[in-house]
Amino acid sequence: MSAISMKVNGKAVCGAVEPRTLLVQFLRENLGLTGTHVGCDTSQCGACVVHVNGTAIKSCTALAVACDGAEVTTVEGLAKNGKLHPMQEAFREHHGLQCGFCTPGMLMAAVDLVNRKGKTLDEETIRHELEGNICRCTGYHNIVKAIQAGAENM
Amino acid sequence: MDTGIGARVRRKEDHRFITGKGQYTDDINLKDQTYAYFVRSPHAHATIKSIKEPEWAPEDGVVAVFTGEHVAEDKIGGLICGWMIHSKDGSPMKAGPHPILAQGKARYVGDHVAVVIAETKEQAKAAAARVDVTYGVLPHVVDVAKATKSKAQIHDVAPDNTVFEWSLGDKAATEAAFQRAHHVTKLDLVNNRLIPNAMEPRAAIGSYDSGSDHYTLYTTSQNPHVARLVISAFHGLAPEHKLRVIAPDVGGGFGSKIFIYAEEVVCVWASKRIGGRPIKWTAERTESFLADAHGRDHVTHAELAMDKDGHILGLKCHTLASMGAYLSTFASCVPTYLYATLLSGQYAIPAIYAEVDAIYTNTAPVDAYRGAGRPEATYLVERIVETAAREMKIDPAEFRRRNFVTSFPHQTPVIMTYDAGDYDASLKKALEIADYKGFPARKAAAAKQGKLRGIGFANYIEACGIAPSAAVGSLGAGVGLWESAEVRVNPVGTIEVLTGSHSHGQGHETTFAQLVSDRLGVDINSVAIVHGDTDKVQFGMGTYGSRSGAVGMSAISKALDKVEAKARKIAAHVMEAAEGDIEFKNGSFSVKGTDKKMAFGEVALAAYVAHKFPTSEIEPGLKETAFYDPSNFTFPAGCHICEVEIDTETGVTEIVSWTAVDDFGTVINPMIVEGQVHGGITQGIGQALTEGCVYDSESGQLLTGSYMDYCMPRATDVPSFKLGFTETKCPSNPLGMKGCGEAGAIAAPAAVMNAMTDALGVKDLAMPASPHTVWKTLQATKMAAE
Amino acid sequence: MENFIYHRPTKPADAVKAMKDAADGKFLSGGMTLLPTMKQGLAAPSDIIDLGGLGNSGVEVGADKVTVKAGTVHANVATDKGVKKAIPALSALAGGIGDPHVRNRGTIGGSIANNDPAADYPAAVVGLNATVVTSARSVPGDKFFTDIFTTALKDDEIVTAVEFPVPKRAAYVKFPNPASRYAMVGVMVAELKDGSVRVAVTGAGPKVFRVPEMEKALEANFSADAIGGIKVKASGLNSDMHASPEYRAHLVTVLARRAVAAAK
Repeated sequence: MSAISMKVNGKAVCGAVEPRTLLVQFLRENLGLTGTHVGCDTSQCGACVVHVNGTAIKSCTALAVACDGAEVTTVEGLAKNGKLHPMQEAFREHHGLQCGFCTPGMLMAAVDLVNRKGKTLDEETIRHELEGNICRCTGYHNIVKAIQAGAENM
Repeated sequence: MDTGIGARVRRKEDHRFITGKGQYTDDINLKDQTYAYFVRSPHAHATIKSIKEPEWAPEDGVVAVFTGEHVAEDKIGGLICGWMIHSKDGSPMKAGPHPILAQGKARYVGDHVAVVIAETKEQAKAAAARVDVTYGVLPHVVDVAKATKSKAQIHDVAPDNTVFEWSLGDKAATEAAFQRAHHVTKLDLVNNRLIPNAMEPRAAIGSYDSGSDHYTLYTTSQNPHVARLVISAFHGLAPEHKLRVIAPDVGGGFGSKIFIYAEEVVCVWASKRIGGRPIKWTAERTESFLADAHGRDHVTHAELAMDKDGHILGLKCHTLASMGAYLSTFASCVPTYLYATLLSGQYAIPAIYAEVDAIYTNTAPVDAYRGAGRPEATYLVERIVETAAREMKIDPAEFRRRNFVTSFPHQTPVIMTYDAGDYDASLKKALEIADYKGFPARKAAAAKQGKLRGIGFANYIEACGIAPSAAVGSLGAGVGLWESAEVRVNPVGTIEVLTGSHSHGQGHETTFAQLVSDRLGVDINSVAIVHGDTDKVQFGMGTYGSRSGAVGMSAISKALDKVEAKARKIAAHVMEAAEGDIEFKNGSFSVKGTDKKMAFGEVALAAYVAHKFPTSEIEPGLKETAFYDPSNFTFPAGCHICEVEIDTETGVTEIVSWTAVDDFGTVINPMIVEGQVHGGITQGIGQALTEGCVYDSESGQLLTGSYMDYCMPRATDVPSFKLGFTETKCPSNPLGMKGCGEAGAIAAPAAVMNAMTDALGVKDLAMPASPHTVWKTLQATKMAAE
Repeated sequence: MENFIYHRPTKPADAVKAMKDAADGKFLSGGMTLLPTMKQGLAAPSDIIDLGGLGNSGVEVGADKVTVKAGTVHANVATDKGVKKAIPALSALAGGIGDPHVRNRGTIGGSIANNDPAADYPAAVVGLNATVVTSARSVPGDKFFTDIFTTALKDDEIVTAVEFPVPKRAAYVKFPNPASRYAMVGVMVAELKDGSVRVAVTGAGPKVFRVPEMEKALEANFSADAIGGIKVKASGLNSDMHASPEYRAHLVTVLARRAVAAAK
């Protein structure tokens, strides 16, 4: 077991993990942050996307030990002081979610997208940037709309 | 803000999902829980000669290993198929045994052979790899078209691997129609096998409490009450009052979470075996591919007969439907009563005859998947109608118009009585939105860019809210298909609605509350929808087949009728007026011709205080229950128009325009309904262009066992959709609703493939029409031309 | 996945030593392929030596050469302004690998050392005539990729950087596998400063390969039409449910033509 510490959603946390423990397992099982989901084994669905040191990664394809000392933001850390993040608001406003399972990953990917590409995003860019996030419910139509609107409000 | 019927109310459930506070089964952990991992067959078909455990060391963490022998010891019944189909010769379908852990034989790659229970997930998985199973490999068959003549004998009870040979319609009348035909169009179709892929993998936690001799099962289910009923009555685990089934937040179902699966039953059964410690199992995605029930997998020959003016005289078809290796929960009704009964489409076809052979193959069981039977029917009807129009050189829109059913009720030759619709209205509106007239110019412009542009229609009809119970019973269903609702008004006037429907993305917590808000004039935020727990909701039939609006909400509506009726009585007593003088409007009871009035909440309080009415006549409290059984199916219908552009160099297809005009009857929340349509279309586009389950015929292995090979539609694969609605109220339920959950998936494959064949100028094209398939077709066309 | 001993050395020498001492060690540099492979039980190394601690990340852009340190993630190559200016084809290639989240984690060193036949970077290394710098030596791009999932690297040798000569013009065009989005076929076409042309193909065969006939034709006439009639042989190309060898062969020509037209 290795002792690791991180700052998760602004809070210092520590834990003991096996080398093989994935970041997503550490978040879900050790910290009880179950908003981050696991939807596949091959690093494709994107339900597990979180931010590590400010960039979006797939937490199912990162070892927790390798993230020792990192700053991690999960979907639980998006809202600040009880106020929803503009991207969260936009997903609700534009019906960008149905079953909600892919949603945390979508939100984290969307916020990362705006961080990288700015607040004005065309439909083609958004669709292209969602390459690593699969949704089975929405047909993406309203996710694209939500991200476009959420970006403007960020 | 309007929160009633027809309002675009933002979803009440969203807050927990967008903040990461959803509670899916895998998010739940019980004290002292263990973990299950299943040993699965690596062979498509094999006898199980022996199963041996190694000597486990303490660090292996193994709690127990169970096999089919333990299941037999405990006399736990096998998985069932709840719909009896009889063959043409009157014999009942041939259902082979389906134990929850294999007994003697494994019949597909992924079949559940044994289970290992260990202290951690990793330990369970590692130990499962060390369980030594000796197999005797048998011949196998994965292709439905080859299965009846295969050496593989999958179930002893089913010679030639045939489950049933069923037919519907008037064979003689249909043959006579073909005799009179001016033109006959023939088409061979394959409806490709799909893997549902709800984003949340299946999961279960079973636990047994010896103190109260009571079981609890958390599970990813679309219908927890049916799960409890089956586990009680057929698996014989425990009587219903000793078993609680909870389906918390469920991350999508699309049919695949209707069924009672082995893994869930094993978790709850084995918990008692290990002394009551809870057992958790969460499928890896690979297991979802291997062992979730798949969809579709039909091979069909169809013929359509026309007179010289393009009026359809008759339709006949013969379909081979793969059932997989076992009959799943509702497998048998999908290619029969959910399929052949819809073969009249939107058209007045005088004679129809359909033959369906259900066949075992060494593949995962096939059962209902979004649309279930109706996409297969629509694909057949709309592909052959489009082909017929092209062959007869009649505009496909005009051909359809000539054959539309125009008066209602309309009795088809295949059981259904269409109750309401206006197919021409949806076609007309769709043609406008799609700018059908402008298509030739767009095609010419695309040609200049070296692209082939095509346009395709799908004028689908489906049947939702399967009912009434007596009718489905006469067709072989083992259950009734009503729904229940309980409306509990609290003393302060807030309301809890307990429903037997289950929401796994559909937004019931919002739409159901809209109905209550609309009817009782109360704030939508004072209404809570409770579902998914057999201890809270007494009974229900669950959510599938787009039934929760038409059936589930109708049950709520009936219960609300009773609440209102009782509240009127109480209001009359409190305000000392005659009941007939009480008016109820905008959440307020008033006495006609006076200024006396009481808010709904005040009447609720009066009902519980019970000071001002005779409790000998009126019971205190305000809580009503209704069980609602509809008088007929509902018939959503519409017109989808797809336009594609094909890159002739690469074979890549782009969907450049999509128009959908749907008639769902009353729409409660247009925002949610549109979302259902978008998602459905995308699944249909997936079937047409990207998704296809592939088993290797040589080895019987599943080749599309992960997202590396099974091609899920991504955001770049679909366009934004242009939607329109028409409305004819459904006369068969009090709200006039028809259902919207499956329409997109039903319409889309035919629309895409009609557009593709139009663009390519070919008659036949297989789904999924991947770039590779399109390129091969282009090569063949080029060679034929040379 | 199976457990392993985790090392996170901060010096290359320590990484090499850890590998030498390991029974069956694997370097981890991003892990975008290795971790899924381990999760599926297809690999179970005794030791993981995580190169992420080396801090060997960054891009240096010179007049004639772009040097990408081995630990540089794809996103940084894709967005680096200097790379975009010097070798836009390299920047575009990096920006098309996997998805945004994978690009934030996967590294050039990890990608080429793994030599997945469907990876993009091998096409850049060979197509741009790059040199692979390792902990022990420099290996010409042409000699680096030896076979499917196999490179010239010795077991304890680490890629430290890749040096890309700045070409006159180049472009990379990829046809992604519809499911995995890896390259089903990817073609890098580059006209180097000495006037020579390289056409490197990934995804189509067991490893990246060049198409000398096309290169010759383009050296004579750098236009899409010059190679329209040149086809690679289908035999020996990859075959799977997504594409036959014949289709892959056809795509090589189509993509090469498109790359020539797009080269800048």
